[in-house]
Amino acid sequence: MINIDFDSLEQPTLFDSLASDVKYLDKPHFDLPPNSNPGDFLRETFAHPNAPKPLEFAHGTTTLAFVYSGGIVVAVDSKSTQGPYVASRSVKKVIEITPTLLGTMAGGAADCSFWERELGRRCRLYELRNKELISVAAASKILANIVYSYKGYGLSMGTMITGWDKTGPQLYYVDNDGTRLHGQRFSCGSGSTYAYGVLDSGFKWEMNDEEAYELGRRAVYHATHRDSYSGGAINVYHVQRNGWKKISSDDCFELYKKYYNIAPINKPTN
Amino acid sequence: METLKLSALPEQSKQQPINHGRFEAYVDNGGTVMAVAGKDYCVIAGDTRMSDGGYGIQTRHYTKVFQLTNKCVLATSGMQADTIALQKRLKLMLETYQKEHGKPMSTPAIAQFLSNTLYYKRFFPYYTFNLVAGVDEKGEGWIWTYDAVGSHERVKYSSQGSGNQLVIPLLDNQVAKRNQQIIQGNGDVSCDQVVSFVKDAITSAGERDIYTGDFADIVVVDKDGVRWEKFELKLD
Repeated sequence: MINIDFDSLEQPTLFDSLASDVKYLDKPHFDLPPNSNPGDFLRETFAHPNAPKPLEFAHGTTTLAFVYSGGIVVAVDSKSTQGPYVASRSVKKVIEITPTLLGTMAGGAADCSFWERELGRRCRLYELRNKELISVAAASKILANIVYSYKGYGLSMGTMITGWDKTGPQLYYVDNDGTRLHGQRFSCGSGSTYAYGVLDSGFKWEMNDEEAYELGRRAVYHATHRDSYSGGAINVYHVQRNGWKKISSDDCFELYKKYYNIAPINKPTN
Repeated sequence: METLKLSALPEQSKQQPINHGRFEAYVDNGGTVMAVAGKDYCVIAGDTRMSDGGYGIQTRHYTKVFQLTNKCVLATSGMQADTIALQKRLKLMLETYQKEHGKPMSTPAIAQFLSNTLYYKRFFPYYTFNLVAGVDEKGEGWIWTYDAVGSHERVKYSSQGSGNQLVIPLLDNQVAKRNQQIIQGNGDVSCDQVVSFVKDAITSAGERDIYTGDFADIVVVDKDGVRWEKFELKLD
């Protein structure tokens, strides 16, 4: 039997054209700005003298992760800023992609949380289709391929994807221009240079878990101390053989008192 | 001597492309919205002034609070046209959900859904600053606060819009009891106390922010539904 497609013969009615305006809402898609390059649109719009105050997106900052003998430690701060304005001091910058995979948030907060949520969905689908957990290499490559396909659209994200798969603890760095690196130690965001200083000088392969948590915590703490865009509380996660575990959440100011053991700044010393 | 040409059109070389002016995507109509969540309720306030982007006032009766379900409202400041587009889009999708599932969308689901809706405009954002306030399935009051492209966080109080930077420190101090030298009383306050506190806060924002004023909608959401109240602010 031959199937003949009569669709092209049917003339669209007024109802069809009205319905198509509404129907597109069912299909998730990105609206693009008219007559301009998506990556330049916002900058050009707000460069105009009559334009309203520029949209400030929430940004995340200091994050780090490293591999050592006992697995992977992920440590992050929790401040989110919109320009100089502190939007929040209680952000979860460690994104729990699946029960075995962790991602971190630096750069655009919406970009990181949206795409890592999408990554979680794709990893779960992979698991259902293949009856086994996705490797960290594959998961990070999915994310890298997504952001690479949006190159030039102005996405901003710097993220570490970590997990423990068949090949052991794995750590990947993925950023918005499509860079994907496998490595032992990464730090990302405006406070990363300070964090690297502490992390690289204090790192040993053989550490017990407590030493490793403390190294991560201290590295992020010193970043929050010198970088105004970082702060809030410091969250530490540990990636273990059978999934990740949240270790601690400490307010920076409490750590300041612990590390320096001097009078709080708002009380005079007698 | 140069001869005068009587042609209607300028010479080819002097023809200019017609300048249609630049496409201006956004105007900021201003306004302040804020919300405080209690144990089993939420109080939302939004002023009703709409400015023209400069010093002009276009209307004194533009409501910034939009009811999404019986347990959830959306408060939006920023650009009016984008706000209306966003409200229309959400309303349509929530109606579709209600028809397909036979029940309204839960408040936490709406919060995630708004985040996705905003992110689908990542490359051409809505110029809107949003708060979602409501009670969840357990009857607990929560606020979700957003940036323009959908980064969101669940909190107990928040504020957005032109008076945001005036209101937030007040909320930090009085609601979260943060940054206080002497802390008195426990954190548990009644809905009426929160309503009068929120009225004070939006009045203060109206005193010091030119884009905030005229009237305020005070909205209370709890297990019994959504209650509206009008409150007067200064008209100058």
